[in-house]
Amino acid sequence: MVAQNVAFWVIAAAMVYAALRVVTTRNVVHAALYLVVVLAGAAALFLLLGSEFVGITQVLIYIGAIIVLFLFGIMLTRAPMGKEKALDHPRKLPALLAALIVGGVTVYSVLDYFGSEQLPRESRTTTREVADSIFSNYIIAFEAVSVLLLAALIGAIVVARKE
Amino acid sequence: MYVSQFAVLAAVLFAIGVYGILVRRNGILVLMSVELILNSVNINLVAFGALRDTIAGEVFALFVITVAAAEVGVGLAIVLLIYRNRRSVDLSEVDLMRG
Repeated sequence: MVAQNVAFWVIAAAMVYAALRVVTTRNVVHAALYLVVVLAGAAALFLLLGSEFVGITQVLIYIGAIIVLFLFGIMLTRAPMGKEKALDHPRKLPALLAALIVGGVTVYSVLDYFGSEQLPRESRTTTREVADSIFSNYIIAFEAVSVLLLAALIGAIVVARKE
Repeated sequence: MYVSQFAVLAAVLFAIGVYGILVRRNGILVLMSVELILNSVNINLVAFGALRDTIAGEVFALFVITVAAAEVGVGLAIVLLIYRNRRSVDLSEVDLMRG
C-alpha cells in the first residue's frame, strides 16, 4: 500500500504541474504536449485503481488520437509557431477567483463527506467484465454512443469542408 | 489509499480547467481545458466505481472518453471554420451575437 501511495502522489504532482502549464504556457504546441502528461497521468491512475481497460483506452484514444487532432488543429489555424502574446484575456483575476471558488468548495465538500473512506485493497476489474457489462446492461447506451460518433463524424466533415 | 485522494486531485484538475476556459482566448486552448475537465470527471468515475465495487464507473468513463472524442472532432471543425472566415481563432472576436 505504501508503494501505491507514493506512486499516487508522484503522479498527482506531475499532473497538477502539467495541468497548470497547459492553462498558463504561452506556446500553443507546448500546451498540447503538457496535456499529454496530464492524460498519461490519468491513465496511470486508472491502472493504479485496477481498471486496465479504461487505462489502455485512455492511452489509445486520448494520447493516440485526440492529441494528434489537437496538433493538426494548431498547425492548420496558426502558421507562426512559438510564443504568442495575445493568448490570454487581460483580466485574469475574476477567472482565478471563479476557479478558486469552484475548487475550494469541491475539495471541502469531498473531504467533508468522503474524508476517511478507504478504497478496497483488491479492486481489479478485468476486460471481460467490462465487455460483459457494456453488451448486456448498457447496450442501449452503447448503441446511442455509436450513433453519436457517426453524427459527430459527419457533422465535422460538413462543418469543415470547403464549399 | 483513500478515495478522497482521487476526488481531491480531480477537483483540483477541474478548477484548473475552469480557469483555462475562462482565461484563454485561443479556441484550441479552450478545447484543451475542456479535455482537462472531462479527464477529472473520468478519474472521479473510476475511483468511485472502485470504492463501491461496481463496474458502472468504468463503463461510464469509457462513454465519457467516446463523447470527448466526438466533442473534439466537432469543436476543432468549428474552430477551423472560424479561422477560415476571420483569419484568427481569437474567441473574443467572435461576438456576432452580442446585442
